[in-house]
Amino acid sequence: MSAELSTEQQAQQPEEMVLAKAINAALHDELTADEKTLLIGEDIGALGGVFRVTDGLQSRFGTDRVIDSPLAESGIVGTSIGMAMRGYRPVAEIQFDGFVFPAFNQITTQLAKMHNRSDGAITVPVTIRLPYGGSIGSIEHHSESPEALFAHTAGLRIVAPSNPHDAYWMTRQAIVCDDPVIILEPKRRYWLKGPVDRQNPAPDAFTAQVVREGADATIACYGPLVPVALAAAEAAAQDGRSIEVVDIRSISPLDDETIARSAAKTSRLVVAHEAPTFGGFGAEIAARAAEKAHGRLRSPVLRVGGFHMPYPPSKQEHRYLPDIDRMLEAVDRSFSY
Amino acid sequence: MNAVQPIQLLAPEGTLSENETYSPYIAALSDEDLRSLYRNMALERRLDAEATSLQRQGQLALWVPALGQEGAQVGTIAALKPSDMVFPTYREHAMALYRGITPEELITQFRAVAHAGWTPEKYNFHLYTVVLGAQTLHAAGWAMGIAQDLRTGSVPRGRQEDEIVLACLGDGASSQGDVHESMVFAGSYGLPVLYFIQNNHWAISVPTSTQSKAPLAARAGGYGFEGVRVDGNDVLGSYAVAAHMAEQIRSGQGPKLIESVTYRIGAHTTADDPTKYRSADEVERWKAQDPLDRYRTWLTAQETADEGFYQQVEEEAEDLAAELRRATLSIEAQPLEEVFDTVYAEPHRQIEAEKAWLKDYEAGFAEDGDKA
Ligand SMILES: Cc1ncc(C[n+]2csc(CCOP(=O)(O)OP(=O)(O)O)c2C)c(N)n1
Ligand SMILES: [Mg+2]
Repeated sequence: MSAELSTEQQAQQPEEMVLAKAINAALHDELTADEKTLLIGEDIGALGGVFRVTDGLQSRFGTDRVIDSPLAESGIVGTSIGMAMRGYRPVAEIQFDGFVFPAFNQITTQLAKMHNRSDGAITVPVTIRLPYGGSIGSIEHHSESPEALFAHTAGLRIVAPSNPHDAYWMTRQAIVCDDPVIILEPKRRYWLKGPVDRQNPAPDAFTAQVVREGADATIACYGPLVPVALAAAEAAAQDGRSIEVVDIRSISPLDDETIARSAAKTSRLVVAHEAPTFGGFGAEIAARAAEKAHGRLRSPVLRVGGFHMPYPPSKQEHRYLPDIDRMLEAVDRSFSY
Repeated sequence: MNAVQPIQLLAPEGTLSENETYSPYIAALSDEDLRSLYRNMALERRLDAEATSLQRQGQLALWVPALGQEGAQVGTIAALKPSDMVFPTYREHAMALYRGITPEELITQFRAVAHAGWTPEKYNFHLYTVVLGAQTLHAAGWAMGIAQDLRTGSVPRGRQEDEIVLACLGDGASSQGDVHESMVFAGSYGLPVLYFIQNNHWAISVPTSTQSKAPLAARAGGYGFEGVRVDGNDVLGSYAVAAHMAEQIRSGQGPKLIESVTYRIGAHTTADDPTKYRSADEVERWKAQDPLDRYRTWLTAQETADEGFYQQVEEEAEDLAAELRRATLSIEAQPLEEVFDTVYAEPHRQIEAEKAWLKDYEAGFAEDGDKA
């Protein structure tokens, strides 16, 4: 009991914690708030997940609410849909980005469409937590960015937090949302530390935010690349160039107004993601910004992203992934028009 | 779960029992064959230890220990012909070595310098597959190809008319939909596939009982073929059961399944901490069933091998470990240019353009000299 009180007291104050712990706290608080919220996934119980995001939750809430599943992603998502139809709020963990594909059928043909095809009679408030992205020096299938595949599927909301405070609140907002939500968790930022204020909600999960003001160009990105963009803006500032950074946060719905407003203000827009640029989500942003900020842009919208290849062996990932230099090179190019 | 006792010929104490069906396969092995089983297990064990330490020293992205599963793997692969195709998971190092894959080829993927370390064709040993269960469908498809070859009388040069396919998977992977579909195809078409499930009791932190309340061998019955449980830590039993099944499959009897009951003594991977989910007692109990110890006891008692032999194997194992270390430290990363070149078999505009862009981009830094 006393331990509980001290947790509560701690929760009054903004607390420094790593992003993984912030998600853990969000899951803890939603499990506490609603008896119908459940977690399901591979190794999420005693092990606490391979990234320890669910650490301690099974011992706190029991094996009936923090469910170690058989090793089957289609099963995890498919049964989550069934539980959701029955009034529960399952939060499904997929262990790594590359292992979401066995569940692709359930996600795209069932989860995304259930509300629509039942004429709105059925809601499926399933949350899918998907650790995604590279730069962790791993072997294949552990570093992918499949967001475009899901963004193209109507019926799925998709968010990507970039810092612990957002991760806490976006996770909670995703769970209480009546639509299916995929949370792209920036796995290389799981150990990024920052303040989490459990009393003051972050802005609406489905909006973009300007995270650094600037005047000469905008870099818009999400998830793991936001710290990279902020560092790029810092480096550019030393060269006398003022860069605004927009954290896109929500991929679907896309807050194109905020992005276009920033682009119109600075007159140049660079969009970055780890996923390949070809057919990537950046193309959607570029098209919308070009339309909405038409006449205010002094350069075409430029994209920075991965190459048109399967994620490469990680010894070469530094040449594949957008970094500060790649972002600044694009900014330079936008000044050359 | 223990309702069906696994077939065991060699007990943990090193005593061999008689079995009408299986003993003849052991009797047919020469002393040389028998020593080779030991040698192959010992080589893998040494390589495994070296790879684990290389990973701890930061030289590998990951290592997936096969410690404890040498008997299951060596016994089974030894029962196949070199011309039989193997579709492994990612833990079949003893099988890979048995087929002649070099330490350098084996370690490539784990040093994350390339996705593929070997040419599957060369060893009739497919690449490791990390997306669990996917390879079992490829195995079924490969077997369909064998059937097509026979139908059209076009067995490729270097392949055998009586080729069979080994489809490896773990207890965890047995839950994947792909595995179900593979068994449906194999059963439906009577394909020459031997399913080899290494039930090492754990799928990372999840016990086999979460995957199935019935022995995994019992699955086969639902698809219309035979499944057998064998003690995977008994290399002779593993050999005999696989040899018997391979013979039946070769004679056209369709697919079969082996559930090899063994234990993962090490961590799931070097990134794993097994103390979080299993007891030290359990691990100790299984160590007492070690596949090498019991086999060595028997070999020695039979006077099939002596100290000189073990000494020789140990030296060979040290050389192998040294070679693994040397290869790991000297192996070059596959350049990104080569990755571009292997995305498609035929030219592709975007590939050409992006490759050219990267070259220009990096050349810019070389001129400035300000990027490592
Ligand atoms: C489709 C898929 N889902 C999840 C994973 C992550 N993962 C890698 S190994 C593993 C456990 C596999 O257990 P098992 O099949 O018993 O094989 P073992 O590792 O014990 O040899 C998991 C969950 C994966 N590689 N592929
Ligand atoms: Mg296993």
